[in-house]
Amino acid sequence: MFYREAGDFKTSYAADGQTFPIAFDRWRYFAVLAIAFLVVPFTINEYVASAVLIPFLIWSIIAIGLNILTGYCGQVSLGTGGFMAVGAYAAYKIMTAAPELNIFFVVLLSGGVTALVGLLFGLPSLRIKGFYLAVATLAAQFFLVWLFNRVPWFYNNSASGQINAPDRTLGGFLITGPNATPEAKYLFCLVFVFGMAWLARNLTRGRLGRSWMAIRDMDIAAEIIGVNPLKAKLSAFAVSSFFVGVGGALFFTVYLGAVEVGEAFGINKSFLALFMIIIGGLGSIFGSFAGAAFIVLLPVFMKNVMVGGFGWPTDIATHFEFVILGALIIVFLIAEPHGLAAFWRTIKEKLRLWPFPH
Amino acid sequence: MMDGGSFVTPDGRTIGDVLMEVRNITLRFGGVVAIKDISFDIREGEIRAIIGPNGAGKSSMLNVINGFYHPQDGEIWFRGAKRGPMKPHAIAHQGIARTFQNIALFKGMSTLDNIMTGRFTKMRVPWWQQAIWTGPAEREEVENREIVEKIIDFLEIQAIRKTPVGRLPYGLQKRVELGRALAAEPKLLLLDEPMAGMNVEEKEDMSRFILDVNDEFGTTIALIEHDMGVVMDISDRVVVLDYGQKIGDGTPDEVRGNQDVIDAYLGVAHD
Repeated sequence: MFYREAGDFKTSYAADGQTFPIAFDRWRYFAVLAIAFLVVPFTINEYVASAVLIPFLIWSIIAIGLNILTGYCGQVSLGTGGFMAVGAYAAYKIMTAAPELNIFFVVLLSGGVTALVGLLFGLPSLRIKGFYLAVATLAAQFFLVWLFNRVPWFYNNSASGQINAPDRTLGGFLITGPNATPEAKYLFCLVFVFGMAWLARNLTRGRLGRSWMAIRDMDIAAEIIGVNPLKAKLSAFAVSSFFVGVGGALFFTVYLGAVEVGEAFGINKSFLALFMIIIGGLGSIFGSFAGAAFIVLLPVFMKNVMVGGFGWPTDIATHFEFVILGALIIVFLIAEPHGLAAFWRTIKEKLRLWPFPH
Repeated sequence: MMDGGSFVTPDGRTIGDVLMEVRNITLRFGGVVAIKDISFDIREGEIRAIIGPNGAGKSSMLNVINGFYHPQDGEIWFRGAKRGPMKPHAIAHQGIARTFQNIALFKGMSTLDNIMTGRFTKMRVPWWQQAIWTGPAEREEVENREIVEKIIDFLEIQAIRKTPVGRLPYGLQKRVELGRALAAEPKLLLLDEPMAGMNVEEKEDMSRFILDVNDEFGTTIALIEHDMGVVMDISDRVVVLDYGQKIGDGTPDEVRGNQDVIDAYLGVAHD
């Protein structure tokens, strides 16, 4: 009943390598899954879905994607917003070109397109590292947004320059468009989050994931072990972009519905994703979720407290939100530079001995 | 005595044919000649030491062998075939592993993960099966984990299996690095100063591991070392470099009696 590592013996290497080696963690994980799939859909309302749950789910996918590239493979990227835009515009083009195609596959295909674009922009990483690579990916961000703004083919020559998600159904339920129910949208995103997190966990614990971490920690040693830096870095860019592309496609089709590229996928989105993984914890899937929750949920929570609780005017609350969020980020980074995931690890280590620490 | 065929060492190990041969290697950095026309061979199953004063070109020689440097002149023959210009990661796949003078472990990973990463060349399951995990990927992971656990047992580092290597003391880090190189089951193992910065006890441990690796797995080892006592004790043959040139080559006893080697180490006026 307590959170215990002691006494939980493993008798096979497969059991030793499982995602949640502690029995309590495993049950907690199943409980979260059960609540997310079986309870939340029946209690959800429009506000909770659109302000809290759906953005949290989508940002989780994006944070996991960026974490694969930056946290696991050590390649800093400021192009996340641009890659999200690629996913969104790919989804739009595929939806309008092939109206019969299932929305599920549209999102996956958009991720695939983004993976290819990511591969292309990952090429400079073979020559440059660190801050210089960050600047190169910044170029991707600005170029992609400019491209989607300036080439009318991408938005099908619409007069406003916007793209709008047409109605699409899955199994009879409307997923996209203004009339989709929050339950359907939530479940659609949840399935993606679950699947993508599972994929990310598998990829990062195996041979490929270890080759990424090897490149991150010591690229020369990685090479003499047989890791081809070209393959490791480019695969990280491709996988990461796939995740970000799927996130971008969901962001546009399910969450926003209508997108103007400069506004929806600007540089601030790139920074937001970077904040998430730094606050959540680099090189941790749980950290990606924690970071996304922190960045998405905290402003909503603070707004509710300040406007709903104290009755302050909305504009003052908005300004305070920025102040508090900024301060919290600084406090967090000083108190726990390795993010919420490391914070969680420390708690776990303490819990092993609780309540008798000696 | 070294020419042609295999021979038996005084302690009863059989040394086989030539595994690697470097012929007339010359390596220049701009105007600096790091290695000048050096040739020697490494035979299967032997422990081959490369010694020499600081700046003699020992580490450069290892870097040539595992592909970090590309010599301007000369040939490298490995397992009977001439080797073209290759990248280090391709050379790793041929079966050459090494450790570094300054430890080059993956600091963010545990001991276990570091050694598992050493199995990189031995794992075959494609990425999409790794993404699914259940099935071939998990099976391959467990198979390799069993081999890695044997190495962990061999090196007596069971207790630090799950510890991040950044937290380990220096001597243990050196041992983990040896484990990572061993995990690749190399044909040729290059050790760059495996005992640098160790105390006597740690040196004894490391010497024992090197001898055991050679004895139990039959791994051919080429090592650079400064501790003459260790080198003379554990190696079968020694090649001596000085100022990028080879000045001696032979058994420890032969080298010890070589006048050029004595001069290089004790220092004489060059005229």
